[in-house]
Amino acid sequence: MAEALRKPFGGHFLYVLRENPVTVLAFAMLCVILFAAAFGPMLAPYDPLASNAMNALRPPSAAHWFGTDHLGRDVFSRVLVATRLDLAISVAAVALSFVVGSTLGSLAGFYGGWVDAVIGRITDTIMAFPLFVLAMGIVAVLGNSVENIVYATAVVNLPFYIRVARAEVSVRRTAGYVEAARLAGNSEARVLALTIFPNILPPMMVQISLNLGWAILNAAGLSFIGLGVRPPTPEWGIMVAEGATYIISGEWWLALFPGAALMLAVFCFNLLGDGLRDLIDPRKRT
Amino acid sequence: MAASRLGIVARRVGGAIPSLVGVVVVTFVLTRSLPGDPAVYFAGLMADAESIAATRARLGLDRTWIEQFVSYVERLFAGDWGVSLQTGRPVLTELSQRLPASLELTLAGLLFAIGVAVPLGVLAATRPNSWVDHLCRVVVTAGVSLPTFFTGLFLVYLFYFLAGVAPSPLGRLDFIYFSPPHVTGFYTIDTALAGDWWTFRGALAQLVLPALTLGLFALAPIARMTRASMLAALSADFVRTATAMGLSRRKVLWTYAFGNAFLPVLTTLGMVFSFLLGANVLVERVFSWPGVGSFAIDALVASDYAAVQGFVLAMALLFVAVNLLIDVIYTLVDPRVGLEG
Amino acid sequence: MDRRQFIAATGAAGVLPFLKAMPAGAQGRDDTLVAVTGFGPNSMDIMRVGANRPAYQPAINLYDRLMRYGIRELPDGTLAYDKEVLEPELAESWTMADDGMSVDFFLRRDATFWDGTPVTAEDVKWSFDRAVLLGGFATVQMRAGGFTDADQWEVVDEHVFRVHFNAPSKLSMPNLAVPTAIVYNSALCKANATDADPWASDFTHVTPAGGGAFKLERWDSGQQSVYIRNDDWKSGPLPGVRRVIVREVPSAATRRALLERGDAQFSIDMPAKDAMELNENPRVKVEGHPIGCCQHHVGMNVAMAPFDNVLVRRAIAYALPYESIYNLAAFGRGEKLWGGEGFEPAEAVWPLPSPYYTDVEKAKALLAEAGMPDGFETTLSINLGLADWQEPAAVLIQEALAEIGVRVTIDRIPGANWRTAALIEKRLPFHLENFGGWLDYPDYYFFWVYQTGRLFNSVNYSDPMVDEVTDMVLPLETDHPDWAPNVKKLIAKVWEDVPLAPLYQPYLDMGMAPRVEGYAYHFHRLLDAKTLTMA
Repeated sequence: MAEALRKPFGGHFLYVLRENPVTVLAFAMLCVILFAAAFGPMLAPYDPLASNAMNALRPPSAAHWFGTDHLGRDVFSRVLVATRLDLAISVAAVALSFVVGSTLGSLAGFYGGWVDAVIGRITDTIMAFPLFVLAMGIVAVLGNSVENIVYATAVVNLPFYIRVARAEVSVRRTAGYVEAARLAGNSEARVLALTIFPNILPPMMVQISLNLGWAILNAAGLSFIGLGVRPPTPEWGIMVAEGATYIISGEWWLALFPGAALMLAVFCFNLLGDGLRDLIDPRKRT
Repeated sequence: MAASRLGIVARRVGGAIPSLVGVVVVTFVLTRSLPGDPAVYFAGLMADAESIAATRARLGLDRTWIEQFVSYVERLFAGDWGVSLQTGRPVLTELSQRLPASLELTLAGLLFAIGVAVPLGVLAATRPNSWVDHLCRVVVTAGVSLPTFFTGLFLVYLFYFLAGVAPSPLGRLDFIYFSPPHVTGFYTIDTALAGDWWTFRGALAQLVLPALTLGLFALAPIARMTRASMLAALSADFVRTATAMGLSRRKVLWTYAFGNAFLPVLTTLGMVFSFLLGANVLVERVFSWPGVGSFAIDALVASDYAAVQGFVLAMALLFVAVNLLIDVIYTLVDPRVGLEG
Repeated sequence: MDRRQFIAATGAAGVLPFLKAMPAGAQGRDDTLVAVTGFGPNSMDIMRVGANRPAYQPAINLYDRLMRYGIRELPDGTLAYDKEVLEPELAESWTMADDGMSVDFFLRRDATFWDGTPVTAEDVKWSFDRAVLLGGFATVQMRAGGFTDADQWEVVDEHVFRVHFNAPSKLSMPNLAVPTAIVYNSALCKANATDADPWASDFTHVTPAGGGAFKLERWDSGQQSVYIRNDDWKSGPLPGVRRVIVREVPSAATRRALLERGDAQFSIDMPAKDAMELNENPRVKVEGHPIGCCQHHVGMNVAMAPFDNVLVRRAIAYALPYESIYNLAAFGRGEKLWGGEGFEPAEAVWPLPSPYYTDVEKAKALLAEAGMPDGFETTLSINLGLADWQEPAAVLIQEALAEIGVRVTIDRIPGANWRTAALIEKRLPFHLENFGGWLDYPDYYFFWVYQTGRLFNSVNYSDPMVDEVTDMVLPLETDHPDWAPNVKKLIAKVWEDVPLAPLYQPYLDMGMAPRVEGYAYHFHRLLDAKTLTMA
């Protein structure tokens, strides 16, 4: 269905945007986030790592828009600079699970049989774990570095990609244009890679967008139990997790600003996911 | 017909076995790979090499992984899930005491989420692309966009610390109450059964904030699925026919449209429930909730093998059970499933 | 039955239990003290192998010892244990043998265990045998006092218990008043012992068998322990609080909120920041005491390059940002341990301010002298369980060392793995660590931290003189003419070699409602509820 829409896609894009101001908002937010990720380190007014014992735990002021943290570091600079790392973590995790998940899922959906059975069992096994605890376990085993947080998040997300890819591929396996490609003398692998795979991308995009937000939350949760990135690296999750303990003592800005940034990013990815869903699935347009 | 449904159920149970085996194996390998050395941890504060070696032998950790795994599986079949090294009590006892706490919290969160998200979803579906629809989307998406521990601490700050309307975040019951006689392990139900409404109120009050925190997280998927399936149902022929025949809007909406939109929502509920059970871990931490989640975190950090394995296995079993339950409801409600299966 | 009838019936059934429940719920909070803590005990028996630090709490409150430490008032009006004074508890009195090789304890005749059984010398013998034979913490602690063998315990008669010393030591008597030297109800324990578990460890793990000032009302592992006063207690003045509930609240922020809101009356071992801030709050009383025989320090592993070079260690010791750490990691809740006068200690006291202070130029010069003018790379390990002071300290150290070219990566190790990495395998090149000794003597600290191969010697420090002199002074009384000069010699030596750079001596901060009186600081750092009263 989505593939039939190739031609009027641009028009449809505009239509969805017009109909759905929330998606417009999400796109705007995405632009802000990407801008911050690209230029944040240049724009930051202070060194995000420089402590200042004389100036710790100061509330927001003209000099420090978001206040300073327990070591006197500028929270605004830290929030700004953290954008890149947070995006990198979520994009890397999602990319990894997308590549592995969609490959496994496509194979399962395309070949069926024992391939499908084995991959299905793997998926079920991962799904049967409480996902956050599995992520915790992986980071605890591998050690808490940025890469390992990425791996853990990727593994936990894997089943979703496998399932979507498998379902979408198995629907298309016998579609007319696929048969046509086969009859034209393409090998099975080629048919899968070049004819079917591009067509399952739109539904996968929805999953990607939703997962980007979830990956950031996952990293934040790991930080809360002490399995996040290493200090003093600025990262939203660990800033919220550390700042959360200061809420009761009245230093709300430590958690609020990184929390707001984190929420904005997750919010934006989630809304985008929703918007994309509308975009690729015209049935839901009513 | 009944027999074939039973067959379907049996097949589903059978289908779950390989993934359970997978869970047991993966958890075993995972726990054994944890960097901590439980023998050192449990030999105590002032232990020397000798007492560590003794502890290692006592825990059976001086044997090979294969030997350890075989004996673990043997004991598992005998119904022995091992002893938690942290608490010194059988893992099964710990889990059976703590699981109801987690389940009660999760179910309360789910109920809250259903109570809010389903009406929102229906509302959004009746006015697609209006400002109501967009507002609903923004609200439920905002709920899923905050880390649960942040929401939890923030709610505690607002409602307990500043406003003083919520009870102290001290787990399931304030200490002035006595825990009710154990029937289901759900304090709200047990107190109600005992007719102890005073304690019931206490247990309920304790449940509100954590359930709210957890429930906020579940709004989005439920509302999204309700909206989508309601939209599909509302555009279906039978709803149009019903409307054309002059049935009241309320009846058309709730009886015909929602009745049909209910099944996909049910599937989503199953997934959301399993997901919440996992997300629980952090909420329990914030509210000192004595559930399995906080138990699991501590166990993981202490390399308490038996406890981690028991926790994961219990969760996996629960997960399988919930999916099974959903399947059964499905087959009972939807006659088409039997034919497809 | 139709629906209305059903509701009526259940409603009526509900009324009576409701009335019944009221008195229980309405019973006042006035004689109950709620204490909150971050971690709870994993056993009710301190001797159980694997018992954690919070498990000292039940040992202190549920069991009696032969002797307890006296309590003295400090100049600021707060109370603390007095390491010089041993008071009778189960023993009414004791007399030292003329040759100093044994001591006779005369047991109180009216003391009973909770089940009414009288306390006899047999019980003491069984309990002390258990301590030296069971293995684990109690065994090691007994050894520190010179008790290694069950033959050292002798039952003279029903009420006289004799302890034989292998060699006289100043640590022996104090070591019989610590939380591991408790007396169990041996008859009850024996009745619950099995072949596999001859010391009834599995029984006392959940069921305390003592006769102390409090009884255990309930223990919900991971949630709370509830202590209720033993009104038949004879070994001292009855506690002023009838019921003590120790609630486990993992989140420090929540503990603070509970205390500030008045829902908890006591907070055990508060983070320094909360202590500093609540000190100003009229609704909360904070009592902090420097922890005796304890310091927070930076460890530099002398078995690993480049810390095997004493010049590098000195360079680091001159580069550490002491003042910032004191302000931002300790929040001023500690005694400064830097900038002391010269490399010769003035007194035989520990901890004592070291002669090092922040001097970047000196540090650079030393590093250049060591052949590393451009610095080096290293990993600073911290214990996640102590992140509240270690993490800010580590970040500050990382920043300060960058100035002399030392590039530091911070590695956080979960509390449970810390012991393995830092103390057992001793494989951390550069780390933050602390040790606090129960028996407050400088040589006791050296015994645990500086002697070759000791558990808390996380830096692999090894020096023949330190080993030998520590062994020599350890048994000596502090007024012995050889004691002070040799202790000073030890201190001077470790200042010169500086395997550990001391940062500060931390406080033990307890927060309480203003109406709570009678809290006394103890070396075990937990709450002894016996002395508390509530106005």
